[in-house]
Amino acid sequence: MTYQDIFGRLTLDALPFTAFIRAPSVNEAVASTAASIVVVGALTVLFLLTRYRLWGPLWRDWLTSTDHKKIGIMYIVFSLVMMTRGVIEGVVMRTQQAFGLDGGFLQPDHFAQLFSTHGTIMIFFVAMPFVAGFINYVMPLQIGARDVAFPVMNQISLGLTVASGVMLMVSLVVGKFSTGGWSAYPPYTGAAFNPGVGPDYWIWAIVVSGLGTTLSGINFATTIYKMRAPGMTFFRMPLFTWTVVCSSILMVFALPPLSVAALLLGLDRYLDFHFFTNDLGGNMMNYANLFWLFGHPEVYLLVLPAYGMFSEVFATYSAKRLYGYTSLVIATMSIAVLSFTVWLHHFFTMGQSALINAAFGIATMLIAIPTGVKVYDWMATMYRGRIRISVPMIYGIGFLVLFVIGGLTGVILANPTIDYQVHNSLFLVAHFHNVLIPGVLFGLLAGYNYWFPKAFGFRLNERLGRRSAFLWIAGFSLTFFPLYFVGLMGMPRRSFSYTDPAFVPYMIVAVLGAFCIFSALITILVQLKVSIKERDQNRVPIGDPWDARTLEWSIPAPPPEYNFALLPQVRERDEFAMAKIEGRAYAAEGDYEDIEVPKNTPIGFVLCVLSGVWMFALVWWIWWLAALATALIILAVILWTFDIDNEHVIPAADVRKAHEAWLEQIRLTKPVDRDHEADPSNQGLAKTELEG
Amino acid sequence: MHAVEVNQHPGLNLTQHSDVHVPKNATVIFGFWIFLMSDMVFFGLMFAIYITMIGATADGPGPKELFDFTSLALQTGALLLSSLTAGMALLVLKYNQRQRTMVLWLLATLILGLTFLTLEVRDFIAMFAMDAGPWRSGYLSAFFGLVPLHGLHVTMGCLWLVVLLIQLSIFGMVPKLKTRFMRFALFWHFLDLIWIGIFSIVYFGAWTYG
Repeated sequence: MTYQDIFGRLTLDALPFTAFIRAPSVNEAVASTAASIVVVGALTVLFLLTRYRLWGPLWRDWLTSTDHKKIGIMYIVFSLVMMTRGVIEGVVMRTQQAFGLDGGFLQPDHFAQLFSTHGTIMIFFVAMPFVAGFINYVMPLQIGARDVAFPVMNQISLGLTVASGVMLMVSLVVGKFSTGGWSAYPPYTGAAFNPGVGPDYWIWAIVVSGLGTTLSGINFATTIYKMRAPGMTFFRMPLFTWTVVCSSILMVFALPPLSVAALLLGLDRYLDFHFFTNDLGGNMMNYANLFWLFGHPEVYLLVLPAYGMFSEVFATYSAKRLYGYTSLVIATMSIAVLSFTVWLHHFFTMGQSALINAAFGIATMLIAIPTGVKVYDWMATMYRGRIRISVPMIYGIGFLVLFVIGGLTGVILANPTIDYQVHNSLFLVAHFHNVLIPGVLFGLLAGYNYWFPKAFGFRLNERLGRRSAFLWIAGFSLTFFPLYFVGLMGMPRRSFSYTDPAFVPYMIVAVLGAFCIFSALITILVQLKVSIKERDQNRVPIGDPWDARTLEWSIPAPPPEYNFALLPQVRERDEFAMAKIEGRAYAAEGDYEDIEVPKNTPIGFVLCVLSGVWMFALVWWIWWLAALATALIILAVILWTFDIDNEHVIPAADVRKAHEAWLEQIRLTKPVDRDHEADPSNQGLAKTELEG
Repeated sequence: MHAVEVNQHPGLNLTQHSDVHVPKNATVIFGFWIFLMSDMVFFGLMFAIYITMIGATADGPGPKELFDFTSLALQTGALLLSSLTAGMALLVLKYNQRQRTMVLWLLATLILGLTFLTLEVRDFIAMFAMDAGPWRSGYLSAFFGLVPLHGLHVTMGCLWLVVLLIQLSIFGMVPKLKTRFMRFALFWHFLDLIWIGIFSIVYFGAWTYG
């Protein structure tokens, strides 16, 4: 047996430390530091878990849990960890470009790895799990369900996503990540030009996390179609749930093109296929089409749930019914459908006829119509409302202003004649950050501040929340508005260096903005720490701290494992708001029943580990290990299906006892009005200011 | 009244067989339909790629030289027949007839599935011997990206069926297994449908127009 038989192409040269020791430079120092942070971070977590004896609780309460609420929280924790890395990479890139006149401190390949991992991480391992986390936590509560349709598959989705994210972390320490950008266009990422491990890391992380997301989409769609509470008709569903319907449809239909694109690229690289090669009849345009057939719906997959969150936030903090509910539903559906008809605008300059470009340009501009409808609906929701400018509203208003600018630059780019001038420039980079940060990220952060008390039973610190929100808004504006200008001046995206001194002032403003964003992220972490410390003053056990409208606020915070002691009977839209107005909130209607909940299972964690091993083995050509992992994955799934008695019952008596204790607590709690929303006196019982 | 209940669904009657799990069963089957839709998109894209690459033979062998239609006729026959036997097994399940009859229909399904796979692999080996593997051209890459993908699905289906038969012998026909058999049958019919596409487009269509 040779070395290659056992370790494939894995050698000590794969470690960045080796390169640093052989030839020290700033570039290698940055790479080694990044790798060290990953290693030290992982070791610290392991140490702390051991030190505080948390392995048992972690395993019992979290890793093996099938509770959609816990899975949602794990998704969000994972995405915050990945976001930290993604933001730091952004800061490093901005710094490089600030010093990038005729050089800079990074090597071109290192810079290329940075923008490839930054894009891949931010889309697949920050935005997607953040959105999936919220959907998991909130959607079943909003429709009055006790769980998602497939709780164990939910756990498996999480496992697959995390395993792929871990691969990106591993690529920082062992070997190098792809230099081909987040879209990984062949033939550059093919075996002929890029024989290393980089594109392979990308391929397997994308394939495995893509599978996880497809399964999530199936799960969410089935949950909404089949598990709504009695009376919860489609047009009584909260708008966030509506956006989840559309997002799930996009997950089910738009993820397969990505999986196909990545797998075919894998076949080209591993098995000498010729889908996208330059020779023997390969055609890279097939890749471009497949990738963007996924890539464009993807941005709507992310932004629609954020729209849903803003819809909840605007209505709640304006103490008003959402304006134009039906038009918002129609607009959401229209965007979901149109998102499949515009993918070609990602490559206007790649040789189609003018007619085709024009058709796709017009389709793209059409999306501005339903989006515009939404913006007006949100503004009309606030009009003459009793508005409280709390943290989610600051994000919301920042979103309205900034997102409209991002949308308008999108309409500019949708014109093929203009696109020819600015494509592949920093103008484009400014545009998509302008929709993704104020659109998706602000929505998620607004949702984070809004739903946090529901999940953990205490409110987040308001002062630090505001500070963070303003830092995000300022940081975003400073970083990305200058990029529009340098883009129009002709600076290409993804350049590690440039020769025109006119770019320098803009780049300096942008790097200041990047540090501003970094401090916004740090402020969020500080906010979390401070809020945990002073949690006892901010508890909201009754569960409705914001005088909100939808069903998730009608249950205790944090909610019991089974969510609803008594399944709600839904009579109208915004059921909880109407119940409060009509004075029938917190009434115990109906009989308590035994509730079946799924037992804990380790299958998600097992598949997470095995798929991680499988990916690593494939990347490094350790064939025996890949075969072993494949066999074990199949075996694990088969063995799991033999466990057919996988539910346990919570007796009706226990449910009744817990519920009656909570109802008793409500009777003893003093309701607070909106002027005291941020006071310790707010225990989650609202003196409602809503009007019919 | 009874007859109406029995015929509520074209397949296994979800409301009649398991009083406790009624809504859950409908949910599970619905989720599986969505999975099949997603898989259908996957296959649809591979068909599209194949169609765009029919001309990309790079002076290598093309559709006119490659296909053995005798073997293909046998493969088609085996697979279509297996869909029939799977359907019969589900009818036995639906009308609560003898479990042994159902197992026999399922074993027939398994044997026909394996026959299909054997014939298909034999064809691939023959193509490899002619230096007509995926390494040869874009066209053959598209062929070997699509047809073996279907074969892989059939292999997984066979494995699934074996596992289900083992579970049947251990647990008996519990409600959970019923919906598993129903999902298996949906999957199996779906693969039949894909095969009809493969035969009409990959083989016959390319042979006619390629």
